[in-house]
Amino acid sequence: MQTLDLKVVQQYIDDHANTPLYVHVETTNGAYATHQDPTFHSAGMFFRNAEITYERGLITGNGPYRIGLKLAHGWLYGEGLTDYEFAGDQLLIAGHDIEGRLAIAFELSPTPFAQGAEEVE
Amino acid sequence: MAYNEHDHLLVIFPHPDDEAFSSAGTIIEHATNRGPVTYACLTLGEMGRNMGRPVFTNREQLATIRKRELIAAAEKMQITDLQMWGLRDKTVEFEDEAALAERIGQLIEKTRPTRVISFYPGYAVHPDHEATARAVVRALRAIDEADRPEFLAVAFANNTKDELGEGTFIHDVSAYTDQKVAALEAHASQTGGLMKVISEDSNIRDLLVKERYYHYPL
Ligand SMILES: [Zn+2]
Repeated sequence: MQTLDLKVVQQYIDDHANTPLYVHVETTNGAYATHQDPTFHSAGMFFRNAEITYERGLITGNGPYRIGLKLAHGWLYGEGLTDYEFAGDQLLIAGHDIEGRLAIAFELSPTPFAQGAEEVE
Repeated sequence: MAYNEHDHLLVIFPHPDDEAFSSAGTIIEHATNRGPVTYACLTLGEMGRNMGRPVFTNREQLATIRKRELIAAAEKMQITDLQMWGLRDKTVEFEDEAALAERIGQLIEKTRPTRVISFYPGYAVHPDHEATARAVVRALRAIDEADRPEFLAVAFANNTKDELGEGTFIHDVSAYTDQKVAALEAHASQTGGLMKVISEDSNIRDLLVKERYYHYPL
């Protein structure tokens, strides 16, 4: 991945407005956080291959960045974004902490993301 | 003990690297001296958080990387039958437990193992570990006692030694330490900086020479 480039990411967002996209969104602080520190409250979520269509979207901030996609009946929002990468026609955005560990993933794709061992190369 | 085609070891864990940390020595010892080894790995561990430092992968590529690492690690451990069941990391506990137990039961029926290695319910820390442990126990309980393979249960919750003791079966795997390290290193995305961890963490050092299993009442 590389450091998030607002211009490049914004272009992808604009190019895909009003077209159905699959999303993988996720926040995490690690499955073992509480095992290592019992006082740590571990929370996270992921939503894989939800289908959305947004009418407008913006990536903004001074880094780490925020993203908001305006849906017909609501919003998809993320913050703490630091890096991005294209994988074919997929846009993969992520936020990493200073140790390089994933804190948030925010990914968009015209086709469903891989699911199950067979679909993984 | 002489090598015997019918002395089959069945290993069932949810994540690539669960087998290497807990059992690489026992697996290699079995594959070398006793008989074939089957490993059913339920997920690809594709929801892991570590993306390398500096970051070298992403959420989507991690699945590919961990799949390749798993295949490489299995070779290092001389596992002849590696099965990847393709459930998604973090979701094992939400699957139908009866159906999962049934599938495990079918695998047991097919491989006719003399020993089964998996996690110890209640002492396995991660929800995927606990769900796997419950399904394995359920599958084993469905088998007539006379036909039931021996169950070696891995426990590593913080309260394990206080509540379960040092272990029912403590395997001295010091003869296989180098091979165990090689298997762990094959899971490179998860074990980067392994040598540093070994030098700092006495639990990991202990795991390189002793593999502890507990008797679980079936
Ligand atoms: Zn695990």
